[in-house]
Amino acid sequence: MANQKDVVLRHSYPARVAHWLTALGFFMVAVSGLGFFFPSLHWLLGIMGTPQLAQFLHPVFGIVMVLGLVVLFLRNAPHCLPEKGDGKWFQHTADILKGNEHHVVEVGHYNPGQKMLFWKIMGLTLLLLITGLIAWRPYFADLFPIPLLRLALVLHSVCGILMMFLVIVHIYMGFWYKGTVRGMLYGTVTRSWAKKHHPRWLRELATKGNKNP
Amino acid sequence: MTQDIIQRSATNGLTPPPQARDFQQEVAKLIDTSICIGCKACQVACSEWNDYRPEVGHSVGVYDNPADLGPKAWTVMRYNEVVENGKLQWLIRKDGCMHCDDPGCLKACPVPGAIVKHANGIVDFVSELCTGCGYCIAGCPFNVPRQNPADKRVYKCTLCVDRVAVGQEPACVKTCPTSAIMFGSKDSMKVRADERISELKTRGFANAGLYDPEGVGGTHVMYVLHHADRPELYSGLPKNPSISPLVHFWKGLFKPLAAAGFIAAFAAAALHYTKVGPVTEDDEEGHHG
Repeated sequence: MANQKDVVLRHSYPARVAHWLTALGFFMVAVSGLGFFFPSLHWLLGIMGTPQLAQFLHPVFGIVMVLGLVVLFLRNAPHCLPEKGDGKWFQHTADILKGNEHHVVEVGHYNPGQKMLFWKIMGLTLLLLITGLIAWRPYFADLFPIPLLRLALVLHSVCGILMMFLVIVHIYMGFWYKGTVRGMLYGTVTRSWAKKHHPRWLRELATKGNKNP
Repeated sequence: MTQDIIQRSATNGLTPPPQARDFQQEVAKLIDTSICIGCKACQVACSEWNDYRPEVGHSVGVYDNPADLGPKAWTVMRYNEVVENGKLQWLIRKDGCMHCDDPGCLKACPVPGAIVKHANGIVDFVSELCTGCGYCIAGCPFNVPRQNPADKRVYKCTLCVDRVAVGQEPACVKTCPTSAIMFGSKDSMKVRADERISELKTRGFANAGLYDPEGVGGTHVMYVLHHADRPELYSGLPKNPSISPLVHFWKGLFKPLAAAGFIAAFAAAALHYTKVGPVTEDDEEGHHG
């Protein structure tokens, strides 16, 4: 285990709380959402007690997820803007998938793949929020015409499934790049991890300090 | 009746519902709009038999009362005034569940067994299982099911499944003073409709006809219309109702597509990790082939 000198703060405490709140919300809406979407997985609704309770709680946890993501958006959007050199990263996707990212590009705070994931998650969340509000029963759905309701429900399921794919990628990347998950658990990552995967970020830390970790 | 269910919502074809007692004739309710006098006795009979009492509403300036179907108003008379061939006509239609042979509500419902279709064609909501998601409302091509805010469950006409099961006609049929509502086997109702339609034709309604729309596989509530060529005249009865392609995609193709996507994603992750192995945090010089 690295001692304090060998680690740097990657995610602040508020960012970690927001992340895990989002994760909790996502887990609950994803499991119950799968229960609504695949009839054969109807039993998954039991995670919320009864199917009727799941019907009530699914949107509530959806709002929890959105609140967490609002915090994450405000904190991370500045880190996720496109930069010069992002194109180079995408050109080397095949090499990066072989585990050679550190040989190919000098990554900053986030790599372009992470940035793309960020914007995709934020975009899908916005769509899920809008379509979810339209379909929310018994509060809002009856205010909308039925063709719009149909579109909202179908879009909601499509966006939900796409979001699950993104989260599968997100979790796998954390699992694949060893030393990453501790950043979200304890806040710190080792200097060697940062030097290898986010060298430009580590240099910026030294010169400008840690902005909005 | 739980042994004569020929279609059950959210149920895999590998595990079909009980359907041994399926030697039944399809039933149908035939509503003859040309005889209906708009007395609303059917509305009263429906609330009587089914034990619901909606809040007393307000007049909205027309005869429609209540103004719309509701969780406690499973049938309403809709009144429309049209001028045809220089003559005013008052077209009155008893609205309610059409009991489609291919029910959009049942297709959309995500809860196993919350919507069932019986061998005789009656489509029924099993309210005990209903979660109140409202997918049936989006699935219905006729805008019929209504959610009750009090219990969040969705209700509609049952075609008096409890009466029909013991050989009685639905309450609205029994009460109708002009016999504008008839009930029997679907075949016999079609014969009856044909008689009425030929009579209407002799009276100058050249386009009289039966409303039994094919887009939903036919219905177990049918109308005799004086203007079968323009069902929209009857307070918006859809001309060619069918289950929306969106609902078909959502409940059809999209499910196996999504399932395949999940399988592919997990397989890709497992194969990738097995091939490439972990990216460690400090072997700076390490280069993967």
